[in-house]
Amino acid sequence: MNIPYRPLALGLLVISFSALVLGRAQAGGGHYYPPVTDTLVKEECGSCHLAFAPSMLPASSWKRLMANLKNHFGDDASIDPQAAARITDYLVANAADGAGKRYSGKLLQGVSAANAPLRITELPKWVREHREVPGWEWKHKDVRTKANCLACHGDAEAGFYDE
Amino acid sequence: MHHNPAAILLAATLAVLPTGPASAGPREDQLAQYASAAKAANPAFAGFSAERGKTLHTQAFTGGKPDTPACAACHGKDPRAAGRTPTGKSIDPVAVSAAPTRYTDPAKVEKWFKRNCNEVLGRECSPQEKGDWLSFMLTQ
Repeated sequence: MNIPYRPLALGLLVISFSALVLGRAQAGGGHYYPPVTDTLVKEECGSCHLAFAPSMLPASSWKRLMANLKNHFGDDASIDPQAAARITDYLVANAADGAGKRYSGKLLQGVSAANAPLRITELPKWVREHREVPGWEWKHKDVRTKANCLACHGDAEAGFYDE
Repeated sequence: MHHNPAAILLAATLAVLPTGPASAGPREDQLAQYASAAKAANPAFAGFSAERGKTLHTQAFTGGKPDTPACAACHGKDPRAAGRTPTGKSIDPVAVSAAPTRYTDPAKVEKWFKRNCNEVLGRECSPQEKGDWLSFMLTQ
């Protein structure tokens, strides 16, 4: 019998590579944070900025943030209380220390949930991952703020934050 | 029994067509509400002006935040072009011709007037300002 070794080997290679990538993603390899799927959350949290993935902050942070939308990083982002409650539930359920745990990976390392940090960009792992980005790049007219993930991470809306 | 397809089509069309002035679109209803509020605030009010709306859209104010002195700061001067939030997110054009589904949800319209007027003017917009601005966008 003539076994097609080469195509077989190639196929196996492709499969194992995909498994590796997928496995990394699922095990919190660090660069995949599932995007918001809830329509209300997407609409309310995603009209001014990227709707940040709930797995990027602990539940305590989301609660603290949602409790003060009147002063949302200097902007008034208040919404009606019913919508706010629904959004809070979603964020808390999928938080980095909730259902989002398998994606948040090391993002919560050195983070005390009791402190309820509000800025993803101040988490130690975030700072470490971005330490090589020079100051002028943050000030670039297409970036302007560290909250503008999309400026560099083109697939951020799909949840991918690779370099 | 014979069915005339044209008659069926006509009947179906009539059934879904709005009838009478009571069922004008949400935009017209909201404009009418702004108009009566504007009239109540100022008896001399004589209707909205798209021209005034255009001025409002591009004018720079000092009462709000320094980085958003005008509507145009984020939405751009050309209402038919996409805008951009300070965090880099693209904003659909504000002109109805370029974004046909806009202004069909009155609560959403109010939500954004409230937020954006506070950011740009440092106060809420008056019913006349809202009506003028909306009139401008409906003609664009």
